[in-house]
Amino acid sequence: MPFQVPNMSFALPEMWLLLMACVVLLVVAYTGGKRIDWVAGLSQFSLLVTAVLVYLNLDQAGLTFSGTYVKDPLSDVLKLAITLINMLVLLYCGRYLQDRDLRSGEFYVLALFSTLGMLVMVSGHNMLTLYLGLELMSLCLYAMVAMHRDSAIATEAAMKYFILGALASGMLLYGMSMIYGVTGSLDISEIAAAVSSPDANLTVLSFAVVFIVIGIGFKFGAVPFHMWLPDVYHGAPTAMTLFLATAPKIAAFALLIRMLIDGLGSLHAQWQDMVILLAVLSMIVGNLLAIAQTNLKRMLAYSTISHVGFLLLGILSGTEAGYAAALFYTLIYALMTVGGFGMILLMSGQGFEAEEIADYKGLAKHQPWYALMMLLLMFSMAGIPPLAGFYAKLTVIKAVVDVNLLAVALVAVIMSVIGAYYYLRMIKVMYFDSPGTDFELAPSAPVRVLFSANCLMVLALGLFPGALLSICATVFV
Amino acid sequence: MFDLPILSLLIWLPILGGIAVLLCRENLYAARWLALLFSLVTMLLSFGLYTGFDTSTAQMQFVERLPWVETFNIEYFLGVDGFSMPLMILTTISTLLVVIASWQVIKDRIAQYLAAFLIMEGLMLGVFAALDAILFYLFFEAMLIPLFLVIGIWGGPNRVYATLKFFLYTFFGSVFLLIALLYLQFKAGSFSILDYHAVGLSLTQQIWLFLAFLIAFSVKIPMWPVHTWLPDAHVEAPTGGSVILAAITLKIGGYGLLRFALPITPDASMTLDWLVISLSLIAIVYIGFVALAQSDLKKLIAYSSIAHMGFVTLGLFIIFRIFANASLLPGAGNGEVLAVEGAMVQMISHGFIAAAMFLSVGVLYDRMHTREISAYGGVANSMPKFAAFAVFFAMANAGLPGTSGFVGEFMVILAAFQANFWFAFLAATTLIVGAAYTLWMVKRVFFGEIANDDVAKLKDINGREFLLLGSLAVIVLFIGVWPEPLLNVMHASVEQLLVQVSQSKL
Repeated sequence: MPFQVPNMSFALPEMWLLLMACVVLLVVAYTGGKRIDWVAGLSQFSLLVTAVLVYLNLDQAGLTFSGTYVKDPLSDVLKLAITLINMLVLLYCGRYLQDRDLRSGEFYVLALFSTLGMLVMVSGHNMLTLYLGLELMSLCLYAMVAMHRDSAIATEAAMKYFILGALASGMLLYGMSMIYGVTGSLDISEIAAAVSSPDANLTVLSFAVVFIVIGIGFKFGAVPFHMWLPDVYHGAPTAMTLFLATAPKIAAFALLIRMLIDGLGSLHAQWQDMVILLAVLSMIVGNLLAIAQTNLKRMLAYSTISHVGFLLLGILSGTEAGYAAALFYTLIYALMTVGGFGMILLMSGQGFEAEEIADYKGLAKHQPWYALMMLLLMFSMAGIPPLAGFYAKLTVIKAVVDVNLLAVALVAVIMSVIGAYYYLRMIKVMYFDSPGTDFELAPSAPVRVLFSANCLMVLALGLFPGALLSICATVFV
Repeated sequence: MFDLPILSLLIWLPILGGIAVLLCRENLYAARWLALLFSLVTMLLSFGLYTGFDTSTAQMQFVERLPWVETFNIEYFLGVDGFSMPLMILTTISTLLVVIASWQVIKDRIAQYLAAFLIMEGLMLGVFAALDAILFYLFFEAMLIPLFLVIGIWGGPNRVYATLKFFLYTFFGSVFLLIALLYLQFKAGSFSILDYHAVGLSLTQQIWLFLAFLIAFSVKIPMWPVHTWLPDAHVEAPTGGSVILAAITLKIGGYGLLRFALPITPDASMTLDWLVISLSLIAIVYIGFVALAQSDLKKLIAYSSIAHMGFVTLGLFIIFRIFANASLLPGAGNGEVLAVEGAMVQMISHGFIAAAMFLSVGVLYDRMHTREISAYGGVANSMPKFAAFAVFFAMANAGLPGTSGFVGEFMVILAAFQANFWFAFLAATTLIVGAAYTLWMVKRVFFGEIANDDVAKLKDINGREFLLLGSLAVIVLFIGVWPEPLLNVMHASVEQLLVQVSQSKL
């Protein structure tokens, strides 16, 4: 093969972010944690410029770095979502971390490197690139969960996350190696060509698919590979939970699309039943167990599991409309979850973790605005129109109905009714119960504005979902 | 003059008004007058629907059609016909009454209370005006949010249980509707309800779709045996909530059957009409007896609502038997028209009468803070004006000729004779049971000796309450004596529905 200069411009955002992550690291090292506001500002700036760089290059698409790296509409949409969501996350985290002496430079450095990992994952067009991105992201997340060294529960959560995360990576690698064994390639397009040829070894490939689905299931937290998720969400400091509950799911979605659909799309018949099982179990277990929770973080964790189930509905349909629906669901999920955990961060004061549901008693009397925002989020997660969550559920269920899997659709809607119960209970606590504690909420002006914008966005996307839906649809054409 | 997008105005004006009222926060004065202004303007605007309505056609009128979510071909598609237009006017009148009724009664967070009703008004008008299935579903579900909050925040002691039960029951019903609507889109290639009417379906498909519609709308109506949320919700809801619940949300169930079940799945409706007819008769007879046993005023009216809504479903589903008999007895008359129009009149009339009954209970509850019948007695002595109104509405509820309650029930019973004698016979017994529980309640509450000192100290209704009950009395009497203006607007639509229903899709 003749030597080719790779098209660097496709990876410009990642290169910029890598550079800036190193700069932030240096700043942290030299200021010794005294100028934390600078570090925070610089991190936000790096993410913003990353997003701008992605945005400026929207019209180009193609492969680079000898086909290991792809830039297509999907990667653009996901990268924009990841950087913007992470900007919100870093903003919401600030005061919470400050109050707990956790707001060190390391947090920002880890966050930036983790974001870099996500971007690489999104653009990976080779099993190795994907794995590289995944590990870069995950290793940073393990460290972030463990940052609260003195908290036993956080350490336990970090341990669980690390061990099960490593197990999942192992599964994924094993599956990849089998695929390599059959197809002789790690490149996604070559794999796709090899597995769709009639003389592909379906027995080995089926085994490989099993391991890959398990690995992805672990990363998403789909039942029965969900055990780590509630414990980690609950145990990690809320700021870290916020970080690992949102953008990494978008990245995991990219992993799923690249491997299962771009790579192994022609084996749809082999993996569809497995994904149906994961989706149905996730919806049932997630929703039923969420009812029993008294801790808001755990409740949101189980609600995440159920959302993963819904998201997989779009994937299992095996149609382009279905993938677009799953993408839409992922983006809306990230937006709602950022708001949900953001609310816990806003409510948690110095030395007080507002993580029990009962802590929100009578919020509507004292803080009508924030209660209203939380109300929007809860109704949206429950899938009640006119909020964005309704369209998310509608599109995935429509995808399933369109391929005539009516039984799966039926399970989905019944589970969404059961799910509505625990979201309504949260509203009941905020609106119908009489206040217990006094709420002292003094978020800074930008947090206040952006949190409100975040929640109102959920309403706006529910009223006018057309633009985002058509973006999602064009990505998969 | 009607180039105005009048339906959009009707939907969005109260919603914007609700947001404006919400911004008044602690300013009670501004909140009340603003809410009154918005609901009054909306009501006057809705009269424009009546005056501009062309009664000679069954086509959709005042149509607005804009693309909305282009990826899925979901449209912002509004229009009204003879079924939805009267219900929209019912909605705007009831909301205005609720705003006036809560003038002094609600003390806590009144701006939010009024805002919830205004927003709810817009959403309910949207339900009746929507001709796109997803738009319909959106309004249908979104309406639950304000009602959930109204019952939960301003309700009685057991409000949390009642409001959760209400929400989950209706949500459970409506998700099946969503699947049915998606499946129909899959078949018809569009979300327009009018296209759904034309789509061809096999009998099995129709039966499944019909069952989905029936689950969704029977919970709303509510029909026996999925009615249990209604007494709980009514008892716990504040007066305004009860009025809206009885006057309008129940009608959405009936409207849904008219708009979806009958025209989209005519063959399944015919095959399964025995199911709906028996459930309706159970509601009429059995729930009538249940009402007799109630000791709580609101519960009594709630059960009587279920019984009265039984007439609506009965009227809608006896048409198939009438068709069958008509071929045996040619020239027997137009029982099917009578049945459907009777059901419609019953819906409108029950809307006004139930609103009046709940407002009357509200009048008593505001003074005595109890709804137990046994706490009252001889109220007529201390509140003569109020007693006159209350007895009038009770009579209307029992179906006294000359009131609107008589017209609808009589039309349905008359039509039922052409379907099957026993249907008519059973339905007619309700006139006796209905009279029994209403009159017995009137006797225990209003007549006789003054029961206790509290009753003796009761003050008669003030001007505001007089206005409320007086205007409702005029409407009830008007429809009762001269239903023609109401029947006129629906003739064409009823004829078209009967054509749709009588053409098999198989």
